[in-house]
Amino acid sequence: MSAQATLQVSVWRGGSEGRFVEYVVPRRPSQTVLDVVTWVQRHLDRTLSYRFACRVGMCGSCAMTVNGRPRWTCRTHVDKATRGGRLTVAPLRNFPVIKDLVCDMTEFFEKWTRAKGVFSPAASRSDDFALVPPSANDRAAADAAIECIGCGVCYAACDVVRWNADYLGPAALNRAWTLVNDVRDGAQAERLGAVAGDAGCHACHSQQGCREYCPKQLNPTASIAGLKRRVARAAIKGAL
Amino acid sequence: MRSTDVSVKHETWLWLGQRASALVLAVCVVVHLATVVLAVRGGLSAAEILGRTRGSFGWLAFYSIFVLAVAIHAPLGLRAIVREMTLWRGRSLDVATLATALSLAWLGWRAVGGLFS
Repeated sequence: MSAQATLQVSVWRGGSEGRFVEYVVPRRPSQTVLDVVTWVQRHLDRTLSYRFACRVGMCGSCAMTVNGRPRWTCRTHVDKATRGGRLTVAPLRNFPVIKDLVCDMTEFFEKWTRAKGVFSPAASRSDDFALVPPSANDRAAADAAIECIGCGVCYAACDVVRWNADYLGPAALNRAWTLVNDVRDGAQAERLGAVAGDAGCHACHSQQGCREYCPKQLNPTASIAGLKRRVARAAIKGAL
Repeated sequence: MRSTDVSVKHETWLWLGQRASALVLAVCVVVHLATVVLAVRGGLSAAEILGRTRGSFGWLAFYSIFVLAVAIHAPLGLRAIVREMTLWRGRSLDVATLATALSLAWLGWRAVGGLFS
């Protein structure tokens, strides 16, 4: 049990225009930021809107800005996130705010589609299973990036997303990279065309904000660098 | 062929040009600075520099390549900054980029010629 009996919490209320509202929440052992938000909603203000589902770091729906950092709130302990006994919880940066802590993820996921982040099978059902050894380089590269849960933390952390509204963003490009390394996929030329250019991988400044904040410890910057290499190779071969 | 296809190819080649010129510049800058630091013996004078470069086809080739790399790299970098920080896009920006490249190349090669002859 923490020595501190209560926690001072500022929570964003409203849409893109709004204000922070102060709440006092009891401290609990092993309390997460999502626990705090839930306590506020259940005991202090039932009109508070926020999004969550699994509570165990799998669904990617509860990401918020906690004391200025984008985080998954269900797996962020209050002990780790508080500064001077205070907690400030706001919606994710770079997303339109629907209400309170709920962001509109539409554009974020539309960019996954624009980056051709969907598997396009090259084989038909009459073909045999593809054999992809776990030790293969392509498979290892895809494995390193595949655990993305689509939480939007990297997108919120990216300054290029902030100043270039068309930029596909680290999550969509990371997803495209997993498919570029999928030997079973039959849409590689289209995908490389979709992720190139100044709305795609070439806009990345390699600042690595995505890598710094990714709760799954993925490295979208490395995935984007991989895309730059593949796109360059395709351009030289005339395959772009 | 769609205009976006052309744009993607165009942007990719420009990106490649900037990266390739950066590779050349990395070598050229090191050689240039090493020459300044190590080869200067009797003080940094015009006479010593001209004594080294006049009639030297090696230095002529080296600095000509150096200027070419600068003339490719710098305008493309400026173009990227302009596109990120302003709303300027399209053909006029590409023309301005090309004009900057040609100006840098002309000024640079003129200076290199002056050191050689």
